[in-house]
Amino acid sequence: MIAFIIRRLLVAIPTILILIVASFFLMHFAPGGPFTSERPLPPQVLANIEARYGLDQPLWKQLYDYLFNIIVHFDFGPSFKFKDRDVNDIIAQGFPISFTYGSLSFLAATVVGVSLGIAAAIRHNTWIDYFAVGLGIAAQALPNFIMGPILILTFTLWLGLLPGGGWNGGQWPYLIMPVIALSTSYMGSIARITRSSMLEVLNSNFIRTAHAKGLPTRTVIWRHALKPTLLPVVSYLGPVFVYVLTGSVFVDIYFSTGGLGQAYVGSALSRDYAVLLGVTILYGTLTVVVNLLTDLAYAWFDPKIRY
Amino acid sequence: MHNKTNLLIAGLLSSTFIASVALAAGTHPTTGEALADDQTFTYRILDEHSSVDPQVVEDVSGAEIVRDLFEGLMNQDRDGNLVPGVATGFTTNDTNDVYTFTLRDTAKWSNGDPVLASDFVYGWKRAVDPELSSPYSWFMELMSIENAAAIIAGDKPVDDLGVTAVDDHTLEVRLSAPLPYFPQMTTHATTFPAPQKVIEAHGDAWTKPENMVSNGAYILTEHLPQERSVRERNTMYWDNENTIVDKVVALVINDENVALTRYMAGELDRTEVPAGQFPRLQQENPAEAISFPRLCNYYYTFNLSEDGPEAFKDPRVRQALSLAVDRKIITEKILAGGQPEAYTFAPEATAGFTVPQVEMSAMTQAERDSLAKELLAEAGYGPDNPLSFNMIYNTSESHKKIAVALGQMWKQKLGVQTDLGNLEWKVFLDTRGNQDFDLARGAWCGDYNEASTFLDLLQSDSGYNDGKFQNDRVDELLAAAKISANTAELYTEVEQILAQESPVIPIYHYAGVYMMDSDVGNWPVDNVEQNWYSKDLYKIAE
Repeated sequence: MIAFIIRRLLVAIPTILILIVASFFLMHFAPGGPFTSERPLPPQVLANIEARYGLDQPLWKQLYDYLFNIIVHFDFGPSFKFKDRDVNDIIAQGFPISFTYGSLSFLAATVVGVSLGIAAAIRHNTWIDYFAVGLGIAAQALPNFIMGPILILTFTLWLGLLPGGGWNGGQWPYLIMPVIALSTSYMGSIARITRSSMLEVLNSNFIRTAHAKGLPTRTVIWRHALKPTLLPVVSYLGPVFVYVLTGSVFVDIYFSTGGLGQAYVGSALSRDYAVLLGVTILYGTLTVVVNLLTDLAYAWFDPKIRY
Repeated sequence: MHNKTNLLIAGLLSSTFIASVALAAGTHPTTGEALADDQTFTYRILDEHSSVDPQVVEDVSGAEIVRDLFEGLMNQDRDGNLVPGVATGFTTNDTNDVYTFTLRDTAKWSNGDPVLASDFVYGWKRAVDPELSSPYSWFMELMSIENAAAIIAGDKPVDDLGVTAVDDHTLEVRLSAPLPYFPQMTTHATTFPAPQKVIEAHGDAWTKPENMVSNGAYILTEHLPQERSVRERNTMYWDNENTIVDKVVALVINDENVALTRYMAGELDRTEVPAGQFPRLQQENPAEAISFPRLCNYYYTFNLSEDGPEAFKDPRVRQALSLAVDRKIITEKILAGGQPEAYTFAPEATAGFTVPQVEMSAMTQAERDSLAKELLAEAGYGPDNPLSFNMIYNTSESHKKIAVALGQMWKQKLGVQTDLGNLEWKVFLDTRGNQDFDLARGAWCGDYNEASTFLDLLQSDSGYNDGKFQNDRVDELLAAAKISANTAELYTEVEQILAQESPVIPIYHYAGVYMMDSDVGNWPVDNVEQNWYSKDLYKIAE
C-alpha cells in the first residue's frame, strides 16, 4: 500500500507540471491581456507595467521564473489586478472560506444523503421510501443557482432570519444558506446512489445467508451490508469533494462569501495570470490528492481490492 | 501675544464644544434634522477594488474609498463645484501655466504628522515614476505637468517633474501648456498626497489596515478582500468635528439582484438598480428609488479604418443608421431608469457645455426614419443591394437587449441585416482596439467635468479613437479648446460636425439609478461625476 501511495505521488508531480505548463500557455494565448483596458494605456506606461511583472520577457523565461519561484520559494508571485496583494495572500484568505463551507456541505450532503438512501432501501416500498426518493429527486432538481435565490428570498427577505450574504468570520448565520445551497443537489444524488446500492446488496446471497444464520437485521445491515453498499457511494464522493471545494463559484458570488471561487472567476475575467495559475495548481493538486484518498478508501471498504 | 493665543484656544475649544453638543444632541448643525444614533453608512460595490493606494487605484469603487481615506488639494461639493481640500486656495501666473496652492496648516496625517507640500511632491513624483508603473500615470500627463510625459517614458529623471514644495505649506506646479481646468483635475485620486515614511517602511503592504496612514476624513480599519472594507473616523482630520458619519462599510456583492434583495432586507443603505426595474421600484418606494444624470455616454462606433466596411465610408449610410435608432424605446422601454436620450457625444450634464441643437434632435422619429430611408437609398442600399454588417458588444444583459433592439430597428425600417457578436470583456477590448469589427459598442465616463474628456476621444490621434475617425477641422477645434478660455463655440462646432459625419451613434447618456435609503442625508445627486465624500453625508433618525 505504501508503495502504491509513493507511486501515485510520483505520478502526481509530472501531472501537476503538465497542468501548469498547459495552463500557462493557454492563458497567454487567450485574447486580451491583464492590462488591456477600456482606456488603453500609453505604450510607455504599458511597457513599464509589463516590465514590473516580467511580462516583457520571452514566454519560456517567464515560465522558468514562475516554476523556479514556486519550487524554490513557494512563491506564486504578485497579483496583476490587486496591486498590494500576492497570490499566496489571496489563496490564504479565500481557500479557508471555500474549504469551510465546502467541507460542511460535503458532510451535510453525505450524512443526510446516505441516511435517506439507507432508510429508503430498508423500508423499500413504504412511505419512508417514497418520501426519501421524492426528497432526493426534488433536491437533485435544485442545483445551487436555483437554491441560492430561493434561500435568500425566503430566509432574508420574507422571514428576515438570516443575513443575505457575507462571511463575517464564518459565524453560523452566514454559513447556513451557502451550505444548504451547495449540498442539496449532491445530497439528492447520494441518497439515490445509496438506495439503489443498498437494495442490490440486500438482495445478494451473502445477506440472505446472514439472515439464515439468524443474525438480527440491525447486525446484518451495519456489519455486512453497509460496507459494500458504500463502495459506489465512495467513488462518487471523491469527485464531489473536489467539486464542492472548487465548484463553489456560484455560491461564492451569490452569497458574497469572499471564497476562492470568486477570486478564480475574477482572475480569469481580468486575465490575472498569476492568480489564475495559482488557483489552478491548487485545484489540480487537490484533485490528485482526493483521488488518491478515494482509492485508499476503496481499499478499506473492500479489502479484495489490491493495488 | 500670550493672551491672544489663549483667547484663540478658548474660542476654538468653545466652537468645538458647541459643534459637539449639537451633534451629541442628535441634530444636524445646519439643517436641524434629527440624527440617527448609529451613523454607519453601508453600500454595495460591484467588485473588489484594485487598491487603496492613491497613485495605483484605477477603478471607480477603489477611488471612492480613496477619496474618504485621503484628501487632495481640492474637493468637490454636492454640485461638483471645487471647494478647498488640503489647499485653502490657489493662484496662477499671467500665462496660466504656473499654479501655486496654499496648504492649510491644520491638515494632519492619521499618525499626527502634519500634511506638507512635500507629501504632494512625493505623491505626484510617485505617480509618474516608471518604477511604480502606475496605471494612471497617463493622468499626470493629461494634466500637462511639466516633464511628466518624458519621465513616464524614462527619458528624464523623476526629480524633473514640474512640482515643487516652495515651503511646508506652499506647492508650486508648472505646466507645459496652460490648462484652464487644471484645478478640477486635482480632485482625482492620483493627485493625492502619499506618506513617504510609511511607504518606505512597509513597501506594497503599506495599504493594509494595520500599516496604513492617511490624511482623509476616515482611516481604513478593516479589509476582508472580496467581502468588505470598513473605514472609520480619522480623529486627526482637520474637519473631524464637522464630520457626522462614523463608519462606512463597502460590501462586495457581484450580483446586482442579490444586492437589491439585501437592500430590501435592510442590509444596505445604497445599491444600484438593475436595468428595467426602476419604474416598479419607484412606484413601490418613491422616496428611495432615485435617478439623476451622470457624466457618461453610451454609443456605437463605426469602424472607419481602412479595414472597415466600404459602406461605412459613406457618411449618408452612417447618418441613416443613426437616424433610424429610436432612442426613446431604448431609454424608456429597455433601460427605464431615467437615462436621457443622446443626440450629441458629450452629455448635457457636462459643466460649461450647452448641448447644441443638432438637426436630428429637433425631428420626430417618423421624420428621422423617413430621412434615413432616403439617405440609405441615395447611398445605393436597398432591397436590391441590402446593407449587412456585424456589430459587437461585451457580455451584459442590457448591452444585449440594446444591440438586439438596434438590429430590429434597422431591419424593420431599413431592411438592414446585422449579425450580433457578444464578446467577453477582454476579447471585446482587443477586437475593438484592433479594428476587427464593423460597428462596436462604446461608453465613456468623464475623467474630469469638461467636454474635452468626451470629445477628445474622436481626435484623430487619440488612443481611444477605436473607430479611427479622422477630421482635420475637429482636430483643430479641439486643439484650440485646450488653450481657450471660451470653449462653447468650439465644442458646438465639433458636435455639429459629428452630427453631420456620424462617426458614432450616440444612444443615451447615463443616469445614476440607485435605491438609496431615505435616512441618508445629503447624497450629492447634482454631482454628475459622483465624486462623493462620506464626510458630507449623515444618517437621519427614523
